[in-house]
Amino acid sequence: MNRIKTPLDFETIRKLKAGDQVSLSGVLFTGRDAAHKRLVDTYLAGQELPVDLRGQVIYYVGPCPAKPGKVIGSAGPTTSIRMDPYTPLLVRELGLRGMIGKGHRSQKVVDVIKEEGAIYFLTIGGAAALLAQRIKKAEVVAYPEFGPEAIYRLEVEDFPLIVGVDSDGRSAYDEGQSKYRLIHSVVGSGETLENRR
Amino acid sequence: MKEIHVKDITETVEKLCIEACTTLGNDWWQTMDKAVSQEESTLGKDMLGIIRENAKLAASTGEPICQDTGTAVIFLEMGQEVRIAGGNLYHAINEGVHRGYTNGYLRKSVVSDPLIRKNTGDNTPAIIHVDIVSGSDLKITVAPKGAGSENSSGLKMLKPADGEDGVIQFVMEVVEAAGPNACPPVVVGVGLGGNLEKSAILAKRSLLRPLGKRHPQPHIAKLEEEILRRINSTGIGPQGLGGRITALDVHIETYPTHIASLPVAVNIQCHASRHAEAVL
Repeated sequence: MNRIKTPLDFETIRKLKAGDQVSLSGVLFTGRDAAHKRLVDTYLAGQELPVDLRGQVIYYVGPCPAKPGKVIGSAGPTTSIRMDPYTPLLVRELGLRGMIGKGHRSQKVVDVIKEEGAIYFLTIGGAAALLAQRIKKAEVVAYPEFGPEAIYRLEVEDFPLIVGVDSDGRSAYDEGQSKYRLIHSVVGSGETLENRR
Repeated sequence: MKEIHVKDITETVEKLCIEACTTLGNDWWQTMDKAVSQEESTLGKDMLGIIRENAKLAASTGEPICQDTGTAVIFLEMGQEVRIAGGNLYHAINEGVHRGYTNGYLRKSVVSDPLIRKNTGDNTPAIIHVDIVSGSDLKITVAPKGAGSENSSGLKMLKPADGEDGVIQFVMEVVEAAGPNACPPVVVGVGLGGNLEKSAILAKRSLLRPLGKRHPQPHIAKLEEEILRRINSTGIGPQGLGGRITALDVHIETYPTHIASLPVAVNIQCHASRHAEAVL
């Protein structure tokens, strides 16, 4: 198990390889579709951003509301690929170094991860009650009007991650799945009903 | 005639929204036990273990299983001898959703307009499907549906000549494209026949059938097993990290269709197969 702390530097990132299990402690910022769009629009308009993302990690999550006395409600990852149109700018221009979510990334994002020495982590989709227990502090730091899509600053302890795409561009999904695949994929095979007959 | 007051409908919907988001059925626990024993990948077994641990924690603390507490999809089976008293049926259901999502600290995930995208603030409106049936009972099923799996779903109007092979091919395309995004191990609901909208509703409704239960018609039951076998040969595995258990089950529901049509709808359900029922 690799134990790491935020903010991330390249020395830490380059040692982590696709499929490695990681335990992360420190600060995370949350951000989903609406927050990403607003951050990019704000940057492109030349205005000041509400958070400094240099060396930071964004967790793609829209948590449930906290019950009285609790830090946060259930808080598992959302599907990352919806953020892909905005990710290259966040990494290249704003210095974002890590992302936490679930699911595949586009080739454009994989390329940016390689070029900039960033990293994409996975955490367990639908294990939201368990993951919320690793969040020790939560406060909204931007866009409260977005409700669950606001940007929160989270402090986490031993947050469980798997390296999804490492800084060499390798994918945990591709490597994990190829070991267990017994049949050809029907996607991208060019196989159609017509030419099968 | 049996009279059912809207107040009872609202209270029931409120309770079911919270119950569905925090607890899973016995069929789910049995299927997961079997999945853990069949999984060959160590990491895959770990993932299934974490999913079970999370579900246990949610049930014991009342915290939602998943932060995406979904759109509230509501199926009503309404006996034709039932009379709704005290107000409007749809308003009563939406009031129940409002209370359930507010009092249960569930996430509000509904925006009022698909393009303007402003959150309605209480997860209303629900998506409501009503079937009129014989008798004097009102059965209410609340099935919260998250977007990760819903966005991975698909529908295609096949040609009759495509037949069973075409159906298998399309289901596999949808499942493979969904991959890790839909939070596997998934449940795959297939609606076969009818027309465009009928196939989609059949697919969604098939997700309410208990896991492990086969379709009563032998040729459909066989097709369910064949598709399940193929899905679990893709290697996608728990959370998409590689392994044997990509799907917990495949459910197909059918309906008569047009001589020129073969509609197939595939509704993907994430591992949190959430639904709760009550009869008034």
